[in-house]
Amino acid sequence: MKQNLKNARRSPWSAIAVILAGLILTGSGFVAATASTSAASDSPYTASQVDQGHKLFLSNCASCHGKNAEGTANAPSLYGVGAASVLFQVETGRMPGAISGPQLEVKPVQFKQSDIDAMAAWVASLAPGPSAPTAAYLAQKGDASRGGQIFRINCAMCHNAVGAGGALTGGKYAPALTHTSAAHIYEAMITGPQNMPVFSNSDLTLTDKTDIITYLQAVQTNPSIGGFDLGNLGPVVEGLFMWIFMLGGLVLLTMWLGAKSN
Amino acid sequence: MSTANGNKQKGGFLAGTANYLDERVGVAGILKTFGRKVFPDHWSFMLGEVALYSFLVLLLSGTFLTFFFQPAMTPVIYDGIYGPLKGAHMSVAYASTIDISFEVRGGLLMRQVHHWAALLFVASAGLHMLRVFFTGAFRKPREINWIVGFALFVLGMAGGFTGYSLPDDLLSGNGLRIIDGMIKGVPVIGTWISSLLFGGEFPGHGIVARLYSLHIMLIPALILVFIAIHLFMVVIHKHTHYSGAGKRDDNVVGYPLAPVYVAKAGGFFFIVFGVIMLVAATFTINPVWNYGGYDPSPVSAGTQPDWYIGFLDGALRLTPSHLEVMLGNYTLSLNVLIPMVVGVLFLVVAALYPFLEAWVTGDKREHHVLDRPRNAPTRTAIGAAGVVFYAVLWAGAATDLIATNFRMSLNQVLLSLQIALIILPIAAYIITKRLALSLQRKDREIVLHGRESGRIVRLPHGEYVEVHEEIDEYTRYKLVDFVNYQPILARPNARGKITIRGRIRASMSSWFFEDRVTPVTPAELKAAHSDTKELH
Repeated sequence: MKQNLKNARRSPWSAIAVILAGLILTGSGFVAATASTSAASDSPYTASQVDQGHKLFLSNCASCHGKNAEGTANAPSLYGVGAASVLFQVETGRMPGAISGPQLEVKPVQFKQSDIDAMAAWVASLAPGPSAPTAAYLAQKGDASRGGQIFRINCAMCHNAVGAGGALTGGKYAPALTHTSAAHIYEAMITGPQNMPVFSNSDLTLTDKTDIITYLQAVQTNPSIGGFDLGNLGPVVEGLFMWIFMLGGLVLLTMWLGAKSN
Repeated sequence: MSTANGNKQKGGFLAGTANYLDERVGVAGILKTFGRKVFPDHWSFMLGEVALYSFLVLLLSGTFLTFFFQPAMTPVIYDGIYGPLKGAHMSVAYASTIDISFEVRGGLLMRQVHHWAALLFVASAGLHMLRVFFTGAFRKPREINWIVGFALFVLGMAGGFTGYSLPDDLLSGNGLRIIDGMIKGVPVIGTWISSLLFGGEFPGHGIVARLYSLHIMLIPALILVFIAIHLFMVVIHKHTHYSGAGKRDDNVVGYPLAPVYVAKAGGFFFIVFGVIMLVAATFTINPVWNYGGYDPSPVSAGTQPDWYIGFLDGALRLTPSHLEVMLGNYTLSLNVLIPMVVGVLFLVVAALYPFLEAWVTGDKREHHVLDRPRNAPTRTAIGAAGVVFYAVLWAGAATDLIATNFRMSLNQVLLSLQIALIILPIAAYIITKRLALSLQRKDREIVLHGRESGRIVRLPHGEYVEVHEEIDEYTRYKLVDFVNYQPILARPNARGKITIRGRIRASMSSWFFEDRVTPVTPAELKAAHSDTKELH
């Protein structure tokens, strides 16, 4: 009976039909999805910005990233990195890189904001990728307490519980977040610069990201309540301070007391 | 003096009170005995006092904190005035620490006073131990007091660590997790001890309350008892003094306790208190509100213990991490065991050193005159090697901070410190020993031929000489007054056999005293002086 039923249900063509239908569905779905994101990331920039960005790219970035941003042995391809990557890397001064080392260093910004935007526009026009955050994410209207909790679970193992930064292997490091702007925190999370993993919206939802940004900005703006914070680096610095200044000072005082009586 | 018929006393209120007390509890006798105790004067004798006074500050500020701290791990939702934690899940212990910081008047200051004083207590005790070590103050009859002092240092570490873990914040929880890992690394019994300590799987529900009991009852009580024994023994032994004219092994030269040292020590207490207060009021320490409540899943970068546990953390970090051996189904975690054994061995050797040195020298005499470090070259060199070994382990606890703040590779920092841990103590030993011997030779030279005056004189036959000024007797006394130990040879015992023990002792003795500079004898001095006279 089982055999009969199977024979009745399946014609030899049915499998092919199902696969075809599946392919058409996913294919058109993918096209629709990519079309919508590329439309979204293209929209904020004008054609003249894209042109200017291309020129700036050729004169400043192409030596490492390749004339068509296809990447070389020294630098990655920029297809699909999106405007957010350009904004993060160039606005923090990491790009253009000064030397090749374990990690690109933060340094004074090398371009005007309009030039940075133009380069972002051109890179965004190459292929769809993460775009710059909208103001809503940066407004810091999230839940700082929840953001702190999410930060400690997802970020503190590299960036330290108070965002003081930490060491990674071979000279790489997670930078301190004490002076990082809201936009750069957001861009770092969605693009995963250097050694940082990408925290996509399925890892950390937009609400989570907003909460983290709110928390970090609160930590930055909160004054150090208990006095000078000694760099917020924890017990090592506290111990050194105590040995050098407290005990050192007291030893000087004992010498003074000892000397007086002679 | 009052008389039998109760005449009105003369001399006012103070004299009256003194007399009242004397007639009832015999204050005069006590004051006579203690007030006439003589203490020598030197700045380095006040380091132990710093430890004592910071302990008093710890008792006072700690008592204040117990009024408000709740040592329970019951989960609560924070609803206090600190915004960035509002609505967060945390333990009662952490919430009450936040409340002490922000809602109890003076609470934050008291927390910071307590924590800074704790760091200072262990550090000043350590510095005091170094003074005692390098001046040979641990020699007979003070070996037992060295052990008592050593116990105080270890109790200080224990008190510090139990206190560090109480707020139940992320930083201290990470620290406790490391301790848990170390306990679990002990073969066979480790897992059981961990389970016993935490009341089940880490972190359990009881550890904060248990640590609290230890922190506020057992450990401070033990510290108090040991301080009492420590000071009582100082009274029995009398204080040591540095060598100088009239200072011998059978006397003490200095000022009486009353009134000189009562005033001095009393004033110094307020100086120590003042320094702690000043620092606590201006510099933040352990801002727990930044770290969040403890949750076993997050581990923060840059997690370190307080400085006195740092050397153990450093030992853990510097041990190669792949040293794990599988014995059937069991893992032997040598990467955890080796640092524990090294740390404990280091402490044991430090504790037993006085007995080792006494055995090597075979010296059964009492010593009340302190050594200048240069006059015991091998001991000073061993001490220097120990200090360097400890310091490298200590730096090991900060490898990540060194790497990020000095722009170095973490791996290279680790490797450098691993090499330094082996090489630097040896280098420190050799350099210190040579330096000490050279300084002794310089002293000899000065005693025999005087100090270079910088005055050049031309003699009648054209030769130029520098005039050496003879040093005065008081200075000379300091330069020649030290024990001239010599290597002991292995001799056959009553049955005519040279024992292994004897051989070891002989080789230890030659290690200690083979290279030595002998103090100038009166005959040498006389000879040297007659030479000088001929020359002029």
